[in-house]
Amino acid sequence: MKNILSIQNLKVKVDQKEIIKGVSLNIKSGEIHALMGPNGSGKSTLAMALMGNPDFKIASGKALFNQRNILAEPPEKRAKQGLFLSFQYPQEIAGVSLFNFLRTAYNNVKRKKNDPISVAEFRNLLEEKSRLLKIDPSFWGRPINEGFSGGEKKKAEILQLSILEPKLAILDETDSGLDIDALKTVAEGIDQIRRKNKMSILIITHYQRILRYIKPDFVHVLLAGKIVESGRQALAGKLEQKGYLNFIKKK
Amino acid sequence: MITKTAEIVSEQYKYGFAMPEKYVYKSKKGLDEKVIQEISWKKSEPAWMTKFRLQSYQYFKKRALPKWGGDLKKINFDSIYYYIKPTDHPAKTWEELPSEIKETYDKIGVPEAEKKFLAGVGAQYDSEMVYHSLIENLEKQGIIFLDTDSALQQYPDLVKEYWGTIVPSNDNKFAALNSAVWSGGSFIYVPKGVSVKLPLQAYFRINAARMGQFERTLIIAEEGSDFHYLEGCTAPIYTTDSLHAAVVEVFIKKGARVRYTTIQNWSNNVYNLVTKRMRIEAEGIGEWIDCNLGSKLTMKYPACYLMGPGARGELLSMVYAGLGQHQDAGGKMIHIAPHTSSRITSKSISQNGGRTSYRGLIQINSKAEESKSRVVCDALILDEKSRSDTYPDMKIYQQNTQVEHEATVSKIGEEQLFYLMSRGIDQMTAETMIINGFIEPIVKELPLEYAVEMNRLIQLQMDRSIG
Ligand SMILES: Nc1ncnc2c1ncn2[C@@H]1O[C@H](COP(=O)(O)OP(=O)(O)OP(=O)(O)O)[C@@H](O)[C@H]1O
Ligand SMILES: [Mg+2]
Repeated sequence: MKNILSIQNLKVKVDQKEIIKGVSLNIKSGEIHALMGPNGSGKSTLAMALMGNPDFKIASGKALFNQRNILAEPPEKRAKQGLFLSFQYPQEIAGVSLFNFLRTAYNNVKRKKNDPISVAEFRNLLEEKSRLLKIDPSFWGRPINEGFSGGEKKKAEILQLSILEPKLAILDETDSGLDIDALKTVAEGIDQIRRKNKMSILIITHYQRILRYIKPDFVHVLLAGKIVESGRQALAGKLEQKGYLNFIKKK
Repeated sequence: MITKTAEIVSEQYKYGFAMPEKYVYKSKKGLDEKVIQEISWKKSEPAWMTKFRLQSYQYFKKRALPKWGGDLKKINFDSIYYYIKPTDHPAKTWEELPSEIKETYDKIGVPEAEKKFLAGVGAQYDSEMVYHSLIENLEKQGIIFLDTDSALQQYPDLVKEYWGTIVPSNDNKFAALNSAVWSGGSFIYVPKGVSVKLPLQAYFRINAARMGQFERTLIIAEEGSDFHYLEGCTAPIYTTDSLHAAVVEVFIKKGARVRYTTIQNWSNNVYNLVTKRMRIEAEGIGEWIDCNLGSKLTMKYPACYLMGPGARGELLSMVYAGLGQHQDAGGKMIHIAPHTSSRITSKSISQNGGRTSYRGLIQINSKAEESKSRVVCDALILDEKSRSDTYPDMKIYQQNTQVEHEATVSKIGEEQLFYLMSRGIDQMTAETMIINGFIEPIVKELPLEYAVEMNRLIQLQMDRSIG
């Protein structure tokens, strides 16, 4: 199996400060990797750098997505190649309806320039995906994330994922903020999309619960900008019991 | 064929919407009493109007240029023709038009015939007949909708009663100039209790191009009436005239409601200096929706005088300033009676060296107890070269009131931009989406076809600034 993502000794700076201090990670096509670690260890920083947020500067290292170094490319190109980030803190955008946004994104990622999807067709597609994630169509007309509750924002992120059908989805704490039922719906939704599209996943989380639905092949622990331990799913259970104290001590 | 055309022409003239007879007349350049007398005489105006014009000219000469706002020093009052018959516009051909204007027409999808008319190169427009039947319908309800010159001929007493009473000719230099040399504009009278569903449009948008430099609009809404008037168009209006000085007076009687929408997109050589006022009586509602995209310099502050208890004034103002443009816009809310309320929402975008200024006045007089006013100004600055300022002014002579002012200035949020781009949307489209979202609260108040064009226009401005 080929690597869908290969991160090689990546260092990332924010405001001159090195946050990711040499991370290497290979994700093979179809694999699920979980990334765990204490607050402030750099999980979101890694995700942002991979997606191409210009505030996150690559100090050194490589990230090959589908065998291509993507770090010099603008975020929209990365998205078009099949990379997706479900944000920990999704942005609110006034005056732009979710529907309009999703359709624009869909046309950019999934369609040729001169062949946009019709409004009616897209409505059907969106209806199907909204049903899967139990999202009420009344959300479509609302401005992007504006006034959405924390959980609703996370659901809207996964609605975007379901529309764009990426090759690799980075899920940054998609589970936090979701209630018990919503977590189940969303996690099962993600798993269904994954199986259908052979999607790979890098899932960032603090809790085991979501990993029961989205079962990781590997679990990694990020501490102060470095991966300090990798293991199988059992590692997640161990972490939940004992916390990160052991790792911190070892250091 | 010929007879038919003649019939149509005379029919239209009956309702005041055709162009006046096509004799050629152009006043000489510059202004003096003789020019003004000649204008008035050519139009066969009543003596009081001639007198009004001459008096206004005296005011115009005495008043200094405003010392605030934009740079007005480059206006050369002596090089302007103050009166030109519409048919006498210098003949232009489509080819002669600046390519930018032609391109814009194409891109926002203005139909072929309209393009030529807007550009001043076409003489006839087919939809005049459509318009005609609409007017007939209005007439049945007792509505008068005429160009102001015809109204003065046909309803001189009605015009005289209101004329110059909320914008006195001595109000400011440009109101005085307009009062001296005005031509064209709309006159609307809507009787008691009549409400009009469709917006009344200034000669459809087509004729907007012909409205001329010094139009004068007078609107009277009798008790309980309700309508929407719309002037201008999203398509840029090309004109070689460099000065546009209009006066608009709107009278809103008890319980009536008037919405006045303007979409201004003059070409970028025009000084646009307009005085607009509403006088709103008890329980009446007056709304200005004022969108300014074009011109070199616009100075415009639509005002609401809240004269009766419970009167309400609203202004939604949107301006865009690009390369070489200064939009100095805002509004005035003057609370005279108790329990009056007002709201100003201003959205401005500056880009590519453009400059926007919000200038506003909230005045609460001593008798206006329990009044409320709220001002929200949002400015979006798209690059380092561009600029935005606010000049809010408040005069409050009554303690028992509630006045709020809120102003934000933002650059396009980097995080928002990244968020959209992470979904495969390129930077320019993402920026346009954010900008369209920013002005959405105002654009959504426009009739659909205008809203669509407005969004396309913004896109086009963005494209240009990138090159
Ligand atoms: N713009 C910034 N300026 C300064 N420091 C920053 C900036 N962004 C992130 N950091 C710092 O980088 C470190 C890593 O942050 P990051 O958001 O990646 O943590 P995380 O592992 O995702 O934490 P959490 O589990 O709380 O989401 C933190 O110490 C944070 O304060
Ligand atoms: Mg995080």
